[in-house]
Amino acid sequence: MSIGTRFFQATALAAVMIGAGAISSGAFAQEAALRLTIKDHRFQPAEVHAPAGKPISIEVKNLDSTPAEFESKTLRVEKVIAGGATVTIKVRALPPGRYRFFDDYHEDTTEGYVVVD
Amino acid sequence: MLGALIIVFREVIEAGLIVGIVLAVTANIPRRGRWIAGGVTGGVLGAIVVAAFAEALSQALAGVGQELFNAGILAIAVVMLAWHNIWMARHGKELAAHIGDVGRAVSNGSRSLAALAIVVGVAVLREGSEVALFLYGLAISGGSTGAELLAGAAVGLALGCGLTALTYYGLVKIPARNLFAVTSVLVTFLAAGLAAQCVAFLQQAGVADFLQQTAWDTSWLLSDSSLAGRVLHTLIGYSDQPSVLQVIIYALTIALIVALTKIVRPVATPKPTLSRA
Repeated sequence: MSIGTRFFQATALAAVMIGAGAISSGAFAQEAALRLTIKDHRFQPAEVHAPAGKPISIEVKNLDSTPAEFESKTLRVEKVIAGGATVTIKVRALPPGRYRFFDDYHEDTTEGYVVVD
Repeated sequence: MLGALIIVFREVIEAGLIVGIVLAVTANIPRRGRWIAGGVTGGVLGAIVVAAFAEALSQALAGVGQELFNAGILAIAVVMLAWHNIWMARHGKELAAHIGDVGRAVSNGSRSLAALAIVVGVAVLREGSEVALFLYGLAISGGSTGAELLAGAAVGLALGCGLTALTYYGLVKIPARNLFAVTSVLVTFLAAGLAAQCVAFLQQAGVADFLQQTAWDTSWLLSDSSLAGRVLHTLIGYSDQPSVLQVIIYALTIALIVALTKIVRPVATPKPTLSRA
């Protein structure tokens, strides 16, 4: 293997690494921001859209006086939101699909979906 | 009423199973009652405090206080369970041999009891704070259904205690000579499952933002929010959609506990050896 080939390989590797770094930091900069409210134990809106392959942040404002627990198996989130409080939930970049979430304390009435497309 | 019953029961399953297992693990250790009762009491008091400061905790540490708190207390439980297993591997025989000698057994057993009391406390604290918040929600929403919901919650809690009794009496039916082996395996899986849960909170907090892909999806087969799934979730750490990192940490925890247990295990009873020239 010539020195030239090695140099080329090292350069190519460095370029790939820098590229990967740029993509990942770029992805963080373009976080998709979603907003939800909980009122009378219901999510509004009950369906939100987000782009695929980008990290998502969901701001959830609980307008009820009672606590809620935002939970989603597929988004892998489990977070208590006190009455009147607002929390921001970070979700990893996702492949397209419908991701269900619910209030663990009122699962029968309080559910919604993040639609990634 | 049924809704409240189910919610509360679901929340106390994990703590109920853990208390039952710990009671069985310590079946032969004197004075375990007060240690475990202490753990449960501490857990309940802690749960009330955590529930009362839920909002402050949630806002702490740039909004991930709740996740890091959960991850932290789960990590403590994992370390205590692992330590208990490793310690028992070394001193279990000794403890059994001196079972008649109460004083000796107490001094030997109390260190391990302290570790397990912490495990119980942590389990009750984590689930209890969610129950406390749920009950608080019921209390302030009030209305005519309030009392009925509260009754449902009380039945749910009683069922959780029933599960503890069932676990305990089921385990102590196992002949004493096998009980130690069985509980060692149970504790190892319990620790690994809690470690995987700890990882989930670290990933949610964004602290461990790698290997987040879903390793498998068996929710069609057994959802971990079903009763059976919930029980398996606690006992062996079953998850229907774990992340890759969770699976790796789960396996690592088991490997580490098994390896450390083997390393510290005292050399088998010294056999008389013939001196060789």
